[in-house]
Amino acid sequence: MQNINLQTKKRIYKFFYGTNGTDALFSKLVIYLLLISIGFLYLYPMLYMLSNSLKSQSDIINPMVNWVPTAFYLGNYERSLVVLKYFPTLFRSLYITVLPAFIQTLITSFIGYGFAKFNFKFKKVWLVLVLMTFVIPAQVYMIPRFVMFFEFDLLYKPMAIILPAIFGQGVNSAIFVLIFYQFFRMIPQSINEAAEIDGANPYYIFFKIAVPLAVPAFITSFLFGMVWYWNETYITSLFLGSAYPNLQLRLANFVSEYQQIYASEQLMRLNEGVRLAATLLIILPMLIIYFIIQRWFVEGVEKTGVTGE
Amino acid sequence: MKTFKLSRVMRENLIGYSFIGVWIIGFIIFMAYPFIQSLIFSLSDVRILGSGIEVNFHGMTNFRRIFEIEEGFIFIEALNAFLREIVFQVPIIIVFSVLIAVLLNQNIKGRGFFRSIFFLPVIISSGPVINELITQGAGGANIFESYGFISIIENTLSPRLSDPIINIFSQIIIIFWFSGVQILIFLAGLQKVDRQIYEAARVDGAGPWESFWKITLPSLSSLVFVNVIYTVVLLSTFSENQVIIEIQRNMLRPNTGYGVASAMAWIYFIVVMGMLGLLTLLFIPKKQKEGGR
Repeated sequence: MQNINLQTKKRIYKFFYGTNGTDALFSKLVIYLLLISIGFLYLYPMLYMLSNSLKSQSDIINPMVNWVPTAFYLGNYERSLVVLKYFPTLFRSLYITVLPAFIQTLITSFIGYGFAKFNFKFKKVWLVLVLMTFVIPAQVYMIPRFVMFFEFDLLYKPMAIILPAIFGQGVNSAIFVLIFYQFFRMIPQSINEAAEIDGANPYYIFFKIAVPLAVPAFITSFLFGMVWYWNETYITSLFLGSAYPNLQLRLANFVSEYQQIYASEQLMRLNEGVRLAATLLIILPMLIIYFIIQRWFVEGVEKTGVTGE
Repeated sequence: MKTFKLSRVMRENLIGYSFIGVWIIGFIIFMAYPFIQSLIFSLSDVRILGSGIEVNFHGMTNFRRIFEIEEGFIFIEALNAFLREIVFQVPIIIVFSVLIAVLLNQNIKGRGFFRSIFFLPVIISSGPVINELITQGAGGANIFESYGFISIIENTLSPRLSDPIINIFSQIIIIFWFSGVQILIFLAGLQKVDRQIYEAARVDGAGPWESFWKITLPSLSSLVFVNVIYTVVLLSTFSENQVIIEIQRNMLRPNTGYGVASAMAWIYFIVVMGMLGLLTLLFIPKKQKEGGR
């Protein structure tokens, strides 16, 4: 009798605290519960968006309809596609996303390599300045930049976005310089020395040895560059404005544009369904990319040493 | 021999600068020059004319005007609200991302799945998207309202304290959404901690609670600093930030223009840099003490 008692006690103890080596079932349960409920909180806006964007006007008003609409209604998407001028604008958005991200990746890898491999005067000073360009709020230099672009007739043209990227001053360029700096520092110096003895010049070494070794860093940088350029609205709204609107700007002006197009039609009232459908359409391209290659995003942060040591 | 060595140093300098030269040129054109220009603008009367821009130096007038005109009052109010929010939001984001990182670092199934959920917001959160989600009630407001949570806070606390708290709860999901990168940074830090340290602690009789405070947290201390800075920068450059919107609006207002807008930008710059400086002072001495031990 006592023996059994002891055994159940042990089992209860193990349930709550675990034994050496194995984890307690209780704490495991708590962890899963926490992760699932916080995960749900995270996905809540997405689910809310999806559910409401598929509701018709009557479903939105109907308090009985909660998550699942009575019928899948695609009218919201149809109207959003029209108001956002989706496909022409998508093409334009991709142009000012993919191109600067690509250029920025190449240029910052070059700069990062310079910082990682060579000892030159004032290197520390320049590195601190690289960090500063990340920390300083953009507002402080944006107005003169705006005036400068105005004077050189670059305003409201894609070049206003691309030009800074060419000089390593694009969106979050400093982070990419630091990523490549960290990455190239991990490559042993002896490889460089061996190649140099064989008569290779530094640029040849960079393109033929360093770049192939850094493919993961290139992919991660390009993807993050793309995401950040896609989601960037401060610079695009300032430098491109309504003359060259991308999808994000169209979303920001969605309400007024909608009312212009559907002003006369009482049945086509603007409701949350339409607005959420439009929002979902804006994030869709990045969402698709993320689901296909999310490994590169998540592991990239860990592997490329953004962690800053 | 000596001349050879000297030329080698020279050579390395030249090669190094040939690599980073493009950055230096860009820095001068797109950062340093606009930065100084903006200081001049903030101290001048700036007018855009058909022939170009006219800049007339007039001292601190723009800064004084911010405290006199209505646009300036709105700006100061926005700055004030921003500061009050950031004081609440940064600790929430940091504590939350430590918590998630610790949970993800446990030996569990589906870790990759959860990790990609927590990182998802980084991919999709842009200013207009978040703005749209908050106005359409997907920011978490209705979850907390339906449990009467918000009315409890409203009734028990003074409005000065309860307003920012209610504001935070109505946007709690969005605040969580800002912690994607921080979670991964903490997680990477945790994975570098040697598992044997935990085992040794367990043998010595430390429970999970003690090992969290004595092993896990100290190993993250330098990353806390990195993440605090990152979070402050992230929040202060977020394009739906009211302060930023006000600066941009005032650029084109006839009553204010580039001059006053530049002065506002400088005030904002000084406030943000002051905040970052303060945080650095707060974190650096701690690090040195640990190093000395």
